[in-house]
Amino acid sequence: MPFIANTDDQRREMLAAIGLSMDDLFAAIPEGARCAGLDLPKGLSEQAVRSRLAAIAGKNHIDLTLFLGGGFYDHFIPAAVSALASRGEFYTAYTPYQPEVSQGTLQAIYEYQSMICRLTELEVSNASLYDGGTAIYEAMMMAMNATRRSKVIVDDSVNPIYRVMLESYTRNLNIELVTCANADGHANRDAILAALDDSTAAVIVQNPNFFGCIEDFTDLADAAHRAKALLIVSCYPLSLGILKAPGAMGADIAVGEGQSLGLPMSFGGPYLGFMAAREKLVRKMPGRIVGETEDAAGRRGFVLTLQAREQHIKRDRATSNICSNEALCALRAALYLSLLGKEGLRQTAQLCADKASYAYKRLTAIPGVQPHFHAKWFFNEFVLRLPGDASDVIGRLIEQGFAAGFPLSRYYSGMENCMLVAVTEKRTKQEIGMLAEALEAVLCN
Amino acid sequence: MQLIFERSVPGRRGVRVAERDVETSIHLSPALLRETPPDLPELSELDVVRHFTALSRRNFSVDSHFYPLGSCTMKYNPKVAERIAGYPGFAHLHPLLPQLRMGGGLTQGALQVMHEMDLLLREITGMAGFTMQPMAGAHGELTGIMIMAAYHAARKNRKTTVLIPDSAHGTNPASAAIAGYGVKTVPSDASGCMDLGKLREMLDDDVAGLMLTCPNTLGMFNPHVHEICDLIHSVDGVVYYDGANLNAILGKAKPGDLGFDIVHLNLHKSFATPHGGGGPGAGPVGVAERLLEFLPVSVVVKREDGTYALEYDRPNSVGYIAPFYGNFGIVLRAYVYILMLGREGLERVAENAVLNANYILAKLKDVYDVVADVPCMHECVLSAETLAKECGVRALDIAKGLIDRGFHPPTVYFPLIVHEAMMVEPTETESKETIDAFIEAMRELAQLARDNPEALHSAPVTTPVGRLNETKAARDLNIAYTPLCGCG
Repeated sequence: MPFIANTDDQRREMLAAIGLSMDDLFAAIPEGARCAGLDLPKGLSEQAVRSRLAAIAGKNHIDLTLFLGGGFYDHFIPAAVSALASRGEFYTAYTPYQPEVSQGTLQAIYEYQSMICRLTELEVSNASLYDGGTAIYEAMMMAMNATRRSKVIVDDSVNPIYRVMLESYTRNLNIELVTCANADGHANRDAILAALDDSTAAVIVQNPNFFGCIEDFTDLADAAHRAKALLIVSCYPLSLGILKAPGAMGADIAVGEGQSLGLPMSFGGPYLGFMAAREKLVRKMPGRIVGETEDAAGRRGFVLTLQAREQHIKRDRATSNICSNEALCALRAALYLSLLGKEGLRQTAQLCADKASYAYKRLTAIPGVQPHFHAKWFFNEFVLRLPGDASDVIGRLIEQGFAAGFPLSRYYSGMENCMLVAVTEKRTKQEIGMLAEALEAVLCN
Repeated sequence: MQLIFERSVPGRRGVRVAERDVETSIHLSPALLRETPPDLPELSELDVVRHFTALSRRNFSVDSHFYPLGSCTMKYNPKVAERIAGYPGFAHLHPLLPQLRMGGGLTQGALQVMHEMDLLLREITGMAGFTMQPMAGAHGELTGIMIMAAYHAARKNRKTTVLIPDSAHGTNPASAAIAGYGVKTVPSDASGCMDLGKLREMLDDDVAGLMLTCPNTLGMFNPHVHEICDLIHSVDGVVYYDGANLNAILGKAKPGDLGFDIVHLNLHKSFATPHGGGGPGAGPVGVAERLLEFLPVSVVVKREDGTYALEYDRPNSVGYIAPFYGNFGIVLRAYVYILMLGREGLERVAENAVLNANYILAKLKDVYDVVADVPCMHECVLSAETLAKECGVRALDIAKGLIDRGFHPPTVYFPLIVHEAMMVEPTETESKETIDAFIEAMRELAQLARDNPEALHSAPVTTPVGRLNETKAARDLNIAYTPLCGCG
């Protein structure tokens, strides 16, 4: 039997030592509660399971050239990230409840927290959350808890996938969720300011936003603070290699999806929700936090800290219910950021922006293809308006080997002809050129 | 050990970024840019490899040590599952592909895995259908409570309270509370099971449901489980099965048959996916027939032509609780594990897990206190209460003594209802030899507690650091590195 160590002889020996039969051990399950075994297939050998799964994996189309983003990106991952994250000492450990034998995990998380603080220019970070969407939800709950207010304003340029999650999570709660329609691809200042009042806990915006547009939210931070509300900025961490950090804009909480920091796309997960905040909010933060301390001999060490916020202590009064988070994904992010370093992250972010602007020029030169917004600045993603239905065009480009972009009609009415195009450092000038030719050909036919 | 920031040397590079084949053609407005690059460390690739290799060696892990952390099911994580999760056909798959026109056809393999996993988990638990979206056990709990709320809303029930036994994990009350319910705690009886009489007294029309871990955190299977389900159903309540301890009953009993309406499973516990130092996990939620309509969007269905599709049109659903399909990479690993164990393997899992736990209990109950002298399921709860009273050696001291003997300690001080608790869960993947060595260490520690308690108060002494000052960590809060010299 794979993965079960004891032999039949050992089982007999152990039962003899206990003085009971195997049936006796299960006697607590009442007769009427027993099942007659499982109707499952017989177990497979490793050889069989690998060939079966290789065949299943082969049914997934990974040969498309990806210009598909929407918050989830095809970035390059250095080999050392997986090599180190695959060390059994990391991935087969659990939450570091016993710090003396978990210094590896604890110090790595402390370093991760430090890197997130430096990226976002905020003072405190937790050890991770599930993903970018639940991170916004947790930030919203944290803001309501901190302000004791119940209204939350969200601009609709925040990733619509995350906005529908917020709607699900708040359905049974006493929360007024106000969604403002974006203004030509940017956060709608007029609508947000009109909604902002003394019952507002937080304003939630995103940079770069779902359309790829970038902006400075300093004015919104000031407005939120005048109303004693918090500004929550969801951001794309890789872009912070060059873009102004949420902390520098005056944001109180920065969250986002950390997938761009060394995590494979893996059909939607596991991913990494990150969160950083102003120090005064640290006791309202959800989830694990690692802090530095020392032992009796004065040696530096790390422990889980401020645990009085958490479910295992506070139970129904905890700041969140989160227990397991995405520690191994946070480790991958720390590895990625360590390998790229200060200059590598800046160069990668700049390269994404430059390749995107090249693609923008090539694609908007095609007759009938227009930029949808008047917005001047974007990072590595932009919205094009096509002469026809975008879903249809994208479908036809799949046949040519391109995932050319994301059709925005799925989430925005009136954008049936709009396509969101993402370009990462992995896309070459040649691939961009081929996409332009293929798009032009599709539009001509 | 140095921090990675302290190893940084200005100008050093770890990677060569991809070739620049286009010109810098946009110059973003300076107002949108940061003034200096983020202050990340500057290291060579070898620096990074040495640093994190050294860190990894400061961990105990299942691969390196016996790790009987109670209620966490620290079983061996098969290497083949890691290999398969790295297959490019899975790892390089963009989650938005199915939302493109005819995109479902691009991801048939991934949809097949999720659909077949749904069927496997239905058979294992007796539930009518699963969502794979919850990204951890606690996330599954929240999803389950949201389904409970959707059910009551659809029935126009006015329910305010969720009942939870006092032996439950803290995530249960926390999940119920953040979903908008009040929580009432049901006490345990002398046997360590939820007190049935108290449950009857607390039951009224305000009760939305009950969250029950079965076997519970004391390793006890509640013999009145049918009756409990009937009681909750009598007020149109929903009974929630916390699957943290499913390992004990795999192939022996099914929560669905027992009368539970909602279950969450911890794939990182029962189905051998790695714990990752604290995640990622996965917490699929299964429901009974009458709750299927409330499952989150989307759901994978198999069409008559044998292809798989995502169903989004679910008007009574609780909505979206994850951006896509949950932690697909984790679901995939658990799928591999179930295929490899198969029918007979899963039944052997429960038997060996329960056998190993009872063997430990039988061999240690004369030197440590036990809650009740009856067989346990997959884990046993020992107590150092007598040792604490008589020689001042507490559960924490025993835990630290175990570290010096090469064992990861059990869960200590949980469940909260047992003083000086040590919750030991060996799992089925450990051999008798390993368990015998652990038992010997535990007996030696009990003796040492009486002979030389001071020796235990100073443990551990074999680790890179000794006991750490947790009070200082909270008081002089330092949760991110800031260089004192301003040179980092």
